[in-house]
Amino acid sequence: MKKKLSTLLLVMVACCASLSAQTRDFLRINEIMVQNDNSVVDDYGCRSAWVELFNSSFAPLEISSVYITNNKGVLDIKDAQARKAMMYAVPLGDVNTEMPKRQHVIFWADGQPTRGTFHTNFTLTPGEDNWIGIFDASAMNVIDSITVPASLAANTTYARAIDGKDNDENPALTWQVRDNLTPASYITPSSNNIITDSNSKVETFKTQDENGFAMTVMAMCIVFSALLLLCICFYIISKIGERVSKRNKAKSQGTNLGNMPRDEHPDHDSGEEIAAIVMALHEHLDTHDRENTVLTINKVKRAYSPWSSKIYSMRELPKR
Amino acid sequence: MSFGEFLLQNLQQFWHLTGFYNATWQHFVMLAVGLFFIWLAIKKDFEPMLLVPIGFGILIGNIPFNTEAGLEIGIYEEGSVLNILYNGVSAGWYPPLIFLGIGAMTDFSALIANPKLMLIGAAAQFGIFGAYMVALLLGFEPDQAGAIAIIGGADGPTAIFLSSKLAPNLMGAIAVSAYSYMALVPVIQPPLMRLFTTKKERLIKMKPARAVSQNEKIIFPIIGLLLTCFVVPSGIPLLGMLFFGNLLRECGVTTRLAKTASNALTDIVTILLGMTVGASTQASQFLTAETIGIFALGFMAFIIASSSGVLFVKLFNLFLPKAKKINPLIGNAGVSAVPMSARISNNLGLEYDPSNYLLMHAMGPNVSGVIGSAVAAGVLLGFLA
Repeated sequence: MKKKLSTLLLVMVACCASLSAQTRDFLRINEIMVQNDNSVVDDYGCRSAWVELFNSSFAPLEISSVYITNNKGVLDIKDAQARKAMMYAVPLGDVNTEMPKRQHVIFWADGQPTRGTFHTNFTLTPGEDNWIGIFDASAMNVIDSITVPASLAANTTYARAIDGKDNDENPALTWQVRDNLTPASYITPSSNNIITDSNSKVETFKTQDENGFAMTVMAMCIVFSALLLLCICFYIISKIGERVSKRNKAKSQGTNLGNMPRDEHPDHDSGEEIAAIVMALHEHLDTHDRENTVLTINKVKRAYSPWSSKIYSMRELPKR
Repeated sequence: MSFGEFLLQNLQQFWHLTGFYNATWQHFVMLAVGLFFIWLAIKKDFEPMLLVPIGFGILIGNIPFNTEAGLEIGIYEEGSVLNILYNGVSAGWYPPLIFLGIGAMTDFSALIANPKLMLIGAAAQFGIFGAYMVALLLGFEPDQAGAIAIIGGADGPTAIFLSSKLAPNLMGAIAVSAYSYMALVPVIQPPLMRLFTTKKERLIKMKPARAVSQNEKIIFPIIGLLLTCFVVPSGIPLLGMLFFGNLLRECGVTTRLAKTASNALTDIVTILLGMTVGASTQASQFLTAETIGIFALGFMAFIIASSSGVLFVKLFNLFLPKAKKINPLIGNAGVSAVPMSARISNNLGLEYDPSNYLLMHAMGPNVSGVIGSAVAAGVLLGFLA
């Protein structure tokens, strides 16, 4: 019973660990338009400010119960319920709140939450700094936040240069203003900020490593180091194993390790020698492979029984 | 419309659906390839477990039909039965299941007893990257070159897994090429082994491997998984399943699971994998100049891999004391064609010294080749996917 309980506990811990692994940490604010005069329209045909969120993970992400707000003041409130009351909660029960991997979703900041899941209860104000934050289901942890500068012109967006990514080397370059004037500054609601038609890794190797020499050197080093690590590890384990078995042997013989005689096995036995030893043992011990069940086929004479007689088989036509 | 006209019209429509109407010479070439594979498997006993399903799959996949009729029967038509079965190949989940079976079948004792043999398995992976360089020279894109080069690992499931990720359009040719060369190991390897070794080297007798304790066998898959996957996380699907299968086998308390993984499950997946890979080699995609290039590169990768294994042992011997020298005839086993290449080492060893049994020694590099090729696939996937 105790064993079963501990197993159950372990399984529960594992489940909890896997649940916590599926957090909303991968959700990112990706692009924002504060004043929308000629950009995309919502499902009611209206133009309003929008906030694009991006699932930066390679797994689907459920965003129901995530909170969105433009009220920075919520950060000063310590009570979760009070915080929740001040923010827009993405409702439960909408199938569209499951974001596929590396995909986008637009929230309309139109102050009309009755228009559907993707319409928030707040609006954005042109000409002012607009702080936007997204919070997890507890409303206490900020997943991502950004302040859109007051200088953002109408019909332009404030967007990440690369979808969902921070530029760690130069944080100032993480966000940029997009105005639709050049391909590099296209406004891209619900699609990738950088539109690519090829795999950047492949392109890099194509240009930087034309003959494949660098790949060969790197890959062989990695393969060798992985197997070398394994080799060293098992060398150490085998040495420890040998030492432990010797110590156990010495203990069972009532002596210490230093007094143990050296192993006098020859360096190697040939296959023929091993075969000869096995044959000798076989002859001496009269052992042979025994099956679990011994099948013996003996001729058994029995009195006549009609049950299997051919004359009664179904091949015979039934006689009336 | 008269009854006669109606009949004629429908018969004409039916005629347009038949294989006879839709056949092209390419279909017949592919059917001949399929029949050749089946003949090789049945008459020549070349990897029958693989070549029969692949050969028959080629027949299934190359029966001509009207693809515009919307019958949903082709392997590339979404929702067709063959397409559903093909998902295991295109999404890459058959190969890890095969690796589970390989892990449950493989005894790593020879490797644990003599860990330095792992390095031979690593050296043989040079075949993959040598072929990668040549493929780039021939004008293949880096991702295609990586997918083709993995043929040098002599590991069918790994080749399918990697090509499904890097170059799905070449997967059929890569898979058929990989399995063909695996079947041809007894033909390709012995001349190379003779070429690169002296008679004196072929007669080297290796010290018998020490007995390996049960605890070591249990620790191996756990440590193996952690070490290799921490270095190459992109190899998790293959290495994870390989070591998991091995733990099922060695832990001693999951015998039933190990038996299922190594027998029934592997058989089922092998049937589905072989058949669908065969069926995916449709004439329009298979009979191209690229396929010839892939076969040539695969052959070259195999030669480089086998040779580099043998040459690495010779190099390694320079640093080993006389009593611990390794017979270079086991170097070829660094490619992961298990256990065929180890058997070849043994046979060749016996040819020169009837008392020199190399099988158990060769199994070390052979199984490390499996790990090595999975690591190499993980590296390529990490760099190019």
